Amino acid sequence: MKKIKLLTKYSSLLLIIGVLTFLGACRSRETQSTNSPSTVQTNNSRLNIIKERGKLICGVSGKLPGFSFVNQNGEYSGLDVDICRAVAAALFDDPTKVEFRNVSIQERFNALKTGEIDLLSRNATWTLSRDTDVGLEFAPVVFYDGQGMMVAKDSGISKLEDLRGRTICVKTGTTTLQNLADKMRKIDVAYTPLAIGDEDQLYNAFLQGRCQAITSDRSQLVGRRSNFPDPEDSVILDLILSKEPLAPAVVPGDPQWIDAVRWTVFALIQAEEFEITSENLGSFASTTDPTIKRFLGQEGSLGKNMGLTNDFAARIVKHVGNYGEIYDRNIGKPFDLDRNLNQTWSDGGLLYSPPFR
Amino acid sequence: MSFWRNAKVLGIAAQVVVILLVIAILAFFGDNLIYNFQLRGLSFGFDFLQDSASFPIGTSLIDYDPSNSYLRAIIVGLLNSLIVMVVGIIVATILGVAIGIGRLSDNWLVKQIATVYIEIFRNTPLLLQLFFWYSIFLQLPTSKDPIVIPGSIFLSNQGLFFPWPAFDPVTWLALTLIILSIISAPILWRRRKLAIELTKSSPDNLPLRDRKEQLTILLITAIAVPLIVFFVLDWQFPNFDRDLGLIAGGANLSLEITTLIFGLAIYTGAFIAEVVRAGITSVSKGQWEAARSLGLKANLVMQLIIFPQALRVMIPPLTSEYLNLAKNSSLATAIGYPDIYSISFNISEQTGRSLEILLIVMASYLSVNLIISVAMNLFNKQVQIKER
Repeated sequence: MKKIKLLTKYSSLLLIIGVLTFLGACRSRETQSTNSPSTVQTNNSRLNIIKERGKLICGVSGKLPGFSFVNQNGEYSGLDVDICRAVAAALFDDPTKVEFRNVSIQERFNALKTGEIDLLSRNATWTLSRDTDVGLEFAPVVFYDGQGMMVAKDSGISKLEDLRGRTICVKTGTTTLQNLADKMRKIDVAYTPLAIGDEDQLYNAFLQGRCQAITSDRSQLVGRRSNFPDPEDSVILDLILSKEPLAPAVVPGDPQWIDAVRWTVFALIQAEEFEITSENLGSFASTTDPTIKRFLGQEGSLGKNMGLTNDFAARIVKHVGNYGEIYDRNIGKPFDLDRNLNQTWSDGGLLYSPPFR
Repeated sequence: MSFWRNAKVLGIAAQVVVILLVIAILAFFGDNLIYNFQLRGLSFGFDFLQDSASFPIGTSLIDYDPSNSYLRAIIVGLLNSLIVMVVGIIVATILGVAIGIGRLSDNWLVKQIATVYIEIFRNTPLLLQLFFWYSIFLQLPTSKDPIVIPGSIFLSNQGLFFPWPAFDPVTWLALTLIILSIISAPILWRRRKLAIELTKSSPDNLPLRDRKEQLTILLITAIAVPLIVFFVLDWQFPNFDRDLGLIAGGANLSLEITTLIFGLAIYTGAFIAEVVRAGITSVSKGQWEAARSLGLKANLVMQLIIFPQALRVMIPPLTSEYLNLAKNSSLATAIGYPDIYSISFNISEQTGRSLEILLIVMASYLSVNLIISVAMNLFNKQVQIKER
């Protein structure tokens, strides 16, 4: 009897000690984190982590010709890939210091949020809810796309109304699915969506005739069609279902890192506006134009104030070229796709960089 | 004697320590979660379930359109999953029992076929099998040129289109009647047989009242059911527009649900076959010999003597196969069937509420599986030897 009493005393004591320890532990960490969040974050900016690591880790699709595609030799190419290379060039003066990781649609945002990748350059559409609810910070738009619809040439489908009662292939977990729903609800056309997550499976279902139409960003449709056995058998309808501004993204709350990415993209656009290319860059070494001098880091300390080097824009242009070069190399020439909105503002497009000043 | 040398005290102390440890681990993870939520400025809550889903779903048992709430979308997904689980379990069981008995067959060919089937499907990944079946089914003719089966049935790589009664009150009433008569007919028949056995005479010697009553009911049922099926139900026939290459109307089994049920049943069937074989071999050989010496035929020995006894051994492992099938149905997402997992994933992408969605999906699978377990345990109790 005595022993049991002693034991209950003992165990409750243990319990109290245990609980107190945990509460104490929680409390102490909370106070620590609330005391100095700003200092912690600036010291641990992603930018410094990447510099220490010596390479950038970039999340791309790897399955999308024109944007990010791995060839048989394991080499990456595409517009998204070149954005990563431009950031690496700005940081390390070496565009090869990038490790590409293929992330699926399912993984992409979580890979970013958990810090597995530094930068997500995977043709993600910039939307309000992704900015707020999902919690991402978007860099400037690198490609103004629109959602299109591809059908078999001999299907006789030429407008959305022709899709009544048909099956439409679409990727899950994308804005594409919602845009399709919105548009079809508006014109009141009943259809069956076939939502598949994996791109290869999805396009295969279309090629096999499981669905009579497939919807995605127009640039993707063009890129994918180029890999079809008979590209001429499929046509992309002359209609746009939605605005799809594609932009790289990083984790919010890290101003230094997002600034570096943001101004890397702007540098690509500004370089095209200045008509500075990777080939004629040398001829600007002795330029007298003060704005170009500032842009290339020959004057002022724009780069240094951002935590980069002053010549970061020159490095970018030297290694990957300006935006126009990237576009022609990856999309313009291979797929014969007009630049349309993806021209600089001076040529009538939407690409516009704030001044480098 | 000091208390730390007392075995009883030590035993209890050890348990206290273990409990504290478990609490500590849970507290650590919980605290971690709260900490990270605070760090990222995220909030936790299920209010978003009332918002409009705004995405379409291909297959739905209940009315659904994109203006419905996320909650309804999840329910649609859950129902889609449930139907696959239920049909999958039924088909897998039939297949498994047949193959399992086949593997013990004296017929060399049947035995070899059963063995090859089991070894192939038990030893390759399910996801691979699903892709395999899907790619095979995709080779069916397209909707431009479907296979037409008499009775307005169309088979193409869109799936199977077949006639189906329209959903109106008359249909429901008729269906209820049919189901009632299907249930009541065997009961009546059995009562009649029992009455004959009890009176130990031919049906003619039964009391006249019973005879007439039962026969009339049976007759009415036999005549009414086909009549209802053919004339009362408002059958919707699918029709095929050759110019548009479009099949519409009637009911359809999409290619994805067919692939999923087929793939799951074939895969799980292989495991069930082994469970059945183990169950049958566990019944002692004496039972066979005794039954045969009573003059029972081989199929009757299996049906009346061996299988009921084997069932006792089979049910617990069978339960876990059913649970596996239920969980494996989440692979639907790979072939584009909108089950609860794929719909929830879509919602979590759209809203960023991954933790809440994860909890909902976990809770759904957990409750479905617990229900299966409970049902199977009840069944298990039924077939166990009643000890007095």
